Amino acid sequence: MAILQTRALNKRFGGLHVTNNVDLSLEAGEVHCLIGPNGAGKSTLFRLILGEHSPSSGQILFAGEDITALKSFQRIRRGMSVKFQVPGIFKALGVRQNLETAMQHHYPAASLHEEIDRLLEFLKLTGEARQLAGNLSHGQKQWLEIGMAISLKPKLLLLDEPTAGMSPDETYATGEMVRRLNADGMTVLAVEHDMAFVRQVADKVTVLHLGQVFAQGSIDDIVADERVAAIYLGQAHG
Amino acid sequence: MNALSRFFARLEGPQTIGRGPVFWTGFLIVLAGACAYPMFSDGYTVGNTVYFFTWVFMALGLSLIWGYGGSLSFGQTAFFGIAGYSYGVLTLNFGAAYGFTLVAVVIALVIAALAALLLGYFLFFGRISGVFLGIVTLSVTLVLERFMAQTAGPEWAIGKARLNGFNGMSNMPPLTIPWPGGDIVLYPDVQLYYVVLGLLVLVYLGLRILVNSAFGNVLVAIRENPERAEMLGYDIRKFQLGAFVIGAVLAGLSGVLYTSWGQYITPSSMGMTAAALPIVWVAVGGRSDLTATLIGTLVVLAAFQALTIHGAQYALVVMGFLLVLTVLLAPRGIILALAGFLGRLGKSKRGDA
Repeated sequence: MAILQTRALNKRFGGLHVTNNVDLSLEAGEVHCLIGPNGAGKSTLFRLILGEHSPSSGQILFAGEDITALKSFQRIRRGMSVKFQVPGIFKALGVRQNLETAMQHHYPAASLHEEIDRLLEFLKLTGEARQLAGNLSHGQKQWLEIGMAISLKPKLLLLDEPTAGMSPDETYATGEMVRRLNADGMTVLAVEHDMAFVRQVADKVTVLHLGQVFAQGSIDDIVADERVAAIYLGQAHG
Repeated sequence: MNALSRFFARLEGPQTIGRGPVFWTGFLIVLAGACAYPMFSDGYTVGNTVYFFTWVFMALGLSLIWGYGGSLSFGQTAFFGIAGYSYGVLTLNFGAAYGFTLVAVVIALVIAALAALLLGYFLFFGRISGVFLGIVTLSVTLVLERFMAQTAGPEWAIGKARLNGFNGMSNMPPLTIPWPGGDIVLYPDVQLYYVVLGLLVLVYLGLRILVNSAFGNVLVAIRENPERAEMLGYDIRKFQLGAFVIGAVLAGLSGVLYTSWGQYITPSSMGMTAAALPIVWVAVGGRSDLTATLIGTLVVLAAFQALTIHGAQYALVVMGFLLVLTVLLAPRGIILALAGFLGRLGKSKRGDA
């Protein structure tokens, strides 16, 4: 069953056609990676799915229902969750309070703090619980935000370059976490540049180019596709 | 019982400075001092202290909206004026018998809340934020000032109450508590002092609980990163509106208490100077903390009055200078910076021992 579907989705900014008739379909339970050169329209597609932009035309379906007209927070309440590219955390608040803010309406008050402790341990942030989130290392900030995103127990987790700025070890650990979450039944859509990460986690890869779906398939299909290599090389030379 | 103890546990939390026995002992000592103070002072000075206290409600409300929620309202005086004038119109028409002044307070606060609900709806649901929010709210208070200033003619009256243009309304009855054996009239003296002090303690403690609750968590989250807060599933507009209305009611409470204290209210209470001063009090003390706001407001008000007595109009210049100095040297606020310094000092001493 498709958990997320976009139908003939278009977004124009003035004369710029940033998202061009995109039909994307995500099966429940898969890890789907969205790749493409800079300016391919990945971020815009992400923002359309999240409701931060409204499409010029087209439809977005989530769990079979049309959510095109819903606001962001309503989409989140239906079971989406997102981790932004630049760590979207509450810097002046403590690490524990960041998680409390995310989780306070999803867990009964009596067990909230146990749940937070459990999540802190999962994120390897137990020792930093009392620190201000702004004082964490970059990788820890990324993890904290991932923690906030998954604490909502979403059906669909959206990751916008989750490993940006991470060391190779941290990237690998993040990939392992994505796989574990996926094993527990979470569907994941990730925008990612790091091909090692994509290879580590992706069941399916969609290549965007100039706002359109350019190619789709398994990671091996995509890597073997000479046209895909050409658009990336074209970008590098351009 | 468990829920009740959790409720009171919210008196302390990450959103407020001061915790543990030392802080609360200090709090009780200050409160006891405040209770005993009228016995060692004269009626005029006590009345003057009441005048200082009346402004603190507006400052605490601004701290909630701006310091905690991150939305700078430059027009809290609009709600101060709306509630103050409402109290005047109601009591001049219906008098003070049968405890009506207390009913008038409630109605005046409800009117201020409705005005804030209407204005706030368009502001926050229209996604107006940052400097534009400040401009719109300032405009509202200035428009109200201009409007009230031109109501001098006899045609500007609501029932028996003449609005009186720039001279403002006066001679409304002070707050009166109905009591068997004779109403208690709260003249700006010892009786009003205790009522206002009691309200101040209630509001301060109530706000401490509020900002350390789930609502407060979301409010500061919106200040830190509105996009992230919305992407946790919160309708941030409702939280912003909620804080705005609470802040407006507190500004209205200041307005009502001020009006009943001095038995007058004028349009200049909604003017440019009046609108700017709360921002100075709150910023100088430390807008993101209730205790810092409370102390800062009282200190700045007392200093301002002392300056006014000795230097007349220079006092305003000094206020402006103080604001600039705070922004440059202690952007989080002077009281808050001091509290942080004392906290670090205490920690390092314990570390040495």
